[in-house]
Amino acid sequence: MSDDALAGAPGAPLALGATRARAGVWRRLWRDPMGRAGVYLLAVVLLVVLVGPLVFPFNAQDFGTSASSILQPPSAAHWMGTTELGQDVFREFLAGGRISLYVGLSATLIAMVLGAGLGLVSGYYAGWRDTVLMRITDFFLVLPTLPLIIVLAALFGQSVLVTSLVIGLTSWPQTARIIRSQVLSLRERPLVQRVRSLGAGDLRIMRVHILPNVAPLIFANLALVLSGAILAQAALAFLGLGDPVQVSWGTTLHNAFNSGAMSSGAWWYVLTPGVGIVAMVLAFSLIGHSLDRVLNPLHGGRS
Amino acid sequence: MTARYLGRKVATLALTLYVTVSFNFLLFHVLPGNPVQMLARSGHFSPAARAELIHLFGLDHPLFVQYLIYLRNMLHGNLGFSYVYREPVTTVMGGAIGNTLVLVGTATLVTIVVGVVFGVIAASRAHSLTDASITVGSLGLWSMPDFFTGMILIFLFGVWTHALPVSGIVTSGVTEGLWTHTLDVGRHLILPALTLVLVNAAEFSLITRNTLVDVLVEDYVVTARAKGLSRRRVVWGHALRNAMLPVMTAAGLYVGMILGGAIQVETVFSWPGMGLLIYNSVEQRDYPVLEGCFFLFAIAVIATNFISDLLYHLLDARVRRT
Repeated sequence: MSDDALAGAPGAPLALGATRARAGVWRRLWRDPMGRAGVYLLAVVLLVVLVGPLVFPFNAQDFGTSASSILQPPSAAHWMGTTELGQDVFREFLAGGRISLYVGLSATLIAMVLGAGLGLVSGYYAGWRDTVLMRITDFFLVLPTLPLIIVLAALFGQSVLVTSLVIGLTSWPQTARIIRSQVLSLRERPLVQRVRSLGAGDLRIMRVHILPNVAPLIFANLALVLSGAILAQAALAFLGLGDPVQVSWGTTLHNAFNSGAMSSGAWWYVLTPGVGIVAMVLAFSLIGHSLDRVLNPLHGGRS
Repeated sequence: MTARYLGRKVATLALTLYVTVSFNFLLFHVLPGNPVQMLARSGHFSPAARAELIHLFGLDHPLFVQYLIYLRNMLHGNLGFSYVYREPVTTVMGGAIGNTLVLVGTATLVTIVVGVVFGVIAASRAHSLTDASITVGSLGLWSMPDFFTGMILIFLFGVWTHALPVSGIVTSGVTEGLWTHTLDVGRHLILPALTLVLVNAAEFSLITRNTLVDVLVEDYVVTARAKGLSRRRVVWGHALRNAMLPVMTAAGLYVGMILGGAIQVETVFSWPGMGLLIYNSVEQRDYPVLEGCFFLFAIAVIATNFISDLLYHLLDARVRRT
């Protein structure tokens, strides 16, 4: 562990600097009106999605008892009206957010590990490894994402797990590109060069000196990938490729569209889950764009 | 543009196309759960019928030979045979490609113009209330799923006001006269195209704004202003030209996005194009058609990126010199 002892000393200030930079990022996000709006909106969405179903549980078997309880507009008994089967739209809405969030988060986790990992290796080692990895990245970057996701879901099934995997495995290329270009410039910094000449191993340099410095960038990108993943899940479910057992906002819209809610003018059945998707995606994209504005070296932090 | 640069680009293009074809083969013919094997393995066939089916699809050959046969078929433009329509996949797609081109082409033109104009307005009044409203508005529209935007438009212009047709490409019964027909298609085109514009213009307005804000503080812009040129001429004449480069790069990736949007929008508005074909072939498990459509989409995106790369090279003096 002599390399740890040696590298520890010069490593400390950089690591400390990174921590301070990270604290600064959150403060700047909070100071940016767009970022703060995103944080507020996210808090509301999380409250609705995580606490809502506990207060108003949804029972899919709770059908209407008569023909008059089908596709009813909002009333005191059903705040957001009823479905074509007489189920309560508001309760179904509260229950559906969890799957959208769950698929979004797990797909994003997969995409981040793949994208950041490949970007890190590619940018750090440069040379032939970089060339090969970036060729692969460019190939996947160019493939039309949603059509690819649809094909994979049609081939491999419609469970929540498959959906998360499929979206995650197709959402990483942009992240890899962004992280790589940042790592490429970091590795040329005098401090990293010095630590390397002191004999620090590649893994240690990446973990201690590179990763903390690209972490904020990963966070900014994470929020944007998350928005994309939630939109992709919604589109899949709307096209009938969602999990048939687990209700999600996309599934509700699929049912609404295919049960003639449109021609019956049942706006409450369409608007409720739709607004849920838009609010969740907007919260993350406000935060992501704000972080991007604050952090992106290309914008020089001017905005 | 040097011949060497062009040669390298074409070689990369050829390699990408080859990898795409191989990737398709891997997806649809090799990976477990692929449709051909599922069909052959399902218990619905007698052993004799099963053997015949395996022979028909060439599954009795080693994988490598199957791959070569697949490559040969692709070279001959043979994309397989639809399970549902009982016609070659190319014939099935042939009827849909034109409709998608009309929809996506119209939407793209309007999207770029609207997006760039709003981006320029936002950038030339950077950090004002107008700028903030355009940015937040763009983000809001960007956050809407294409299919949901379409459904809202159906309520607004179809269900509640009956102002515009919301389904299909022609009114049944309207057949006489080229002019009447074109007008009818045009009316059907408005809402699906508007949906795509609303969702996608945001991307362009955000990129244009961000790039232009950075360009507007550069020395030559300041010089042009100092020379006495009006602010409007500097923004639209000088700065925008240079800000267009990132917009063009985005246009390459945008094609993939709008094709994803077309699947949703064509489904919502029953527009008989490639997107609706994909939706139907997923529902009916018509895998050869799904494979063909995906292949064509991939080719379209690769071709657009190739062209946008070349244009970038032609327009950017900095890249050209190297």
